[in-house]
Amino acid sequence: MRDYEIIQAGPSRSFPPGDEFLSGSVPGAEVLVLLGGEPDRDPSRAAILIELDTECLGVHTGEQSGNEGSNVLGFARYRNGFDAPTNLVELVRQPKSSEEAIEAARLMFEAAGFAVVCCADQPGRIIDRLVRPKYNAALRFLDEGLASAEAMDMTCRMGLGYPDGLIERVVRGDLARHYDISSALHEMSGQAAYMPARRAVVAKKRKQS
Amino acid sequence: MNAPVKTVAVCGAGGTMGAGIALVSARAGFRTICYDVAREGLDRSRDQATVFFSKSVERGRMTEEARTQALKCLVPTVDLADIADADLVIEAVYEDLGVKRDLLRQLNVICKEQTIFASNTSTLSITEIASGCGREDRVVGMHFCLPAQLMKLIEISRGINTAPATFDTAWAWAQKASQYPVETQDKPGFILNALLVPFNNDVIRAVEAGLACPADIDKAIKIGLGYKMGPCELLDLIGLDTQVRLCEAFYPVTLDPRASAPPLLRRMVAAGHLGRKSGRGFYDYTQPRG
Repeated sequence: MRDYEIIQAGPSRSFPPGDEFLSGSVPGAEVLVLLGGEPDRDPSRAAILIELDTECLGVHTGEQSGNEGSNVLGFARYRNGFDAPTNLVELVRQPKSSEEAIEAARLMFEAAGFAVVCCADQPGRIIDRLVRPKYNAALRFLDEGLASAEAMDMTCRMGLGYPDGLIERVVRGDLARHYDISSALHEMSGQAAYMPARRAVVAKKRKQS
Repeated sequence: MNAPVKTVAVCGAGGTMGAGIALVSARAGFRTICYDVAREGLDRSRDQATVFFSKSVERGRMTEEARTQALKCLVPTVDLADIADADLVIEAVYEDLGVKRDLLRQLNVICKEQTIFASNTSTLSITEIASGCGREDRVVGMHFCLPAQLMKLIEISRGINTAPATFDTAWAWAQKASQYPVETQDKPGFILNALLVPFNNDVIRAVEAGLACPADIDKAIKIGLGYKMGPCELLDLIGLDTQVRLCEAFYPVTLDPRASAPPLLRRMVAAGHLGRKSGRGFYDYTQPRG
C-alpha cells in the first residue's frame, strides 16, 4: 500500500511547490492525502491523511469524549519556521483510530522516503510540544541577562551536542512564527511555559504593523 | 588579572568529573595536584588517565612525549595540605552546599593568599558556596561538562563578590587549557542545566500523558532537530535518580513547575528503573535493542 492520491486545496508547509512528493499522486489510490480542505467520510480508503498546522486533528474530525477515531489521521512534516522541511513526518492518531489506517499511512510515507513517528492528538504533536517551552525559556534568559545569545548558542552546540543554538534556531525559524505556534499551544494547554516570550511578541507585532 | 596559573589542584579527583578535569589540566601542561579522601579513587583515576592518554596517542591526537609529560603532571595526594601552593583549586566534590563550603573554608586556611577557588557546581549558587570562606572575591564558578576530557565547554560565572581579576584568570586558564569558556550569571543551572533539566521533565510528562512512546519521541527529536541523542536515551544515560536530584536542587530555588520532578520519574526511580546503570529505564538494556 504505497500509492497515494493528493488533493491540494491550499498551500502546504509539508510539501512546498516543487517537492518531489507532490509529483507521485496516483488518482484513486487507497491512501488519500489532503493538503488543505476538510475530509469527507470515505471508508473505501485505507487512510485519509489531513495535513495539520497548529491545530489538533479533532478540529477536522470532531471528537466523542475519547471514543473518536476512524481512518482519518493527521500528519505534518516537521519544519523549523521557513527552513526546508525535514525528513520527519509526525503522524497523528486519535484514541480509536484504525490500526490499519495507521499502518497504511506509515508504509506509504516510509516508501516515499520519510521517517515516521506516531503520536496522540495533543497540542504541538511531539516536537513543538517539547521545543517551544525551551525556546521561550532561552528568549527569557536572554532578556534577564543570564548570558548572551552567542554564549547560549555555544553552550547548546558544545555542551549539549545540538547542531545549532536555541536562539539562532528560533530566530532563523522566524520569531513571529514561534509566537503563532506558542500561542496556539498556550491556548490549548493552558500552561505558562507556552506563553510566547517577549521577543516573540515584539516580532509578531512588528510583522502585523 | 592575577599571575598566570602554573599549578592546579583538583579536589574530588577520584570521581568521574574531578578525574576528567584533572585530565584537561594535565593535558595542557599544568602541574595538577589530584586530591581526594580515598587513595582507591585516585588510583582508579590514574589508571583511566593512562588509558585515555594512550588512546589519544593511538588516534594521533597527542604525541608520545606529550603523553609522558601529561602523566608526569598528575600528582595524586590524600593530604589536603599538599595543595597549599596551587594557583587555582577546582573543586568537584559532592554536590552539597555544606560540603563545598566546608572545603573552601579549609582551603582558605591552607592555600596561599593569591590562590583562586573554582567550583564545578552544576546547580548551586557560586555566591552561596563562597559565602564565609574568607576570600569571597577569589571564588568563581567553572562548570565543566561530562565527560570533561572530551567536552570543551566551561560555563564560567561570577558570584556577587567575585573580583574581575579572578574571573579573568579563570577565563584565561580555560582558554590555555584549550577549552571554550562561556560567561553566565550565577543563576540555578547556569545555561546548560537551566535549559536541559526542564526539557527532560517535559519529555517525561509527555510520555506519561501518552503523547508517544519513548522510541518515537527520541526518533522525532533526533531526525527533526538533529540532536545526537534522544532525550529518553539521554535520561537513561544520566540516570533517572540523578534527574530527581537535579529537580530537587532546582525546583525549590526556581519554583518553576517545569523543574519539578514528574510523578512518572519518581515512580520509575521507586521501581528501580534508573536507566542504563540498573539495566532498565525508558528502554530495557537487558535485551538487545532492535
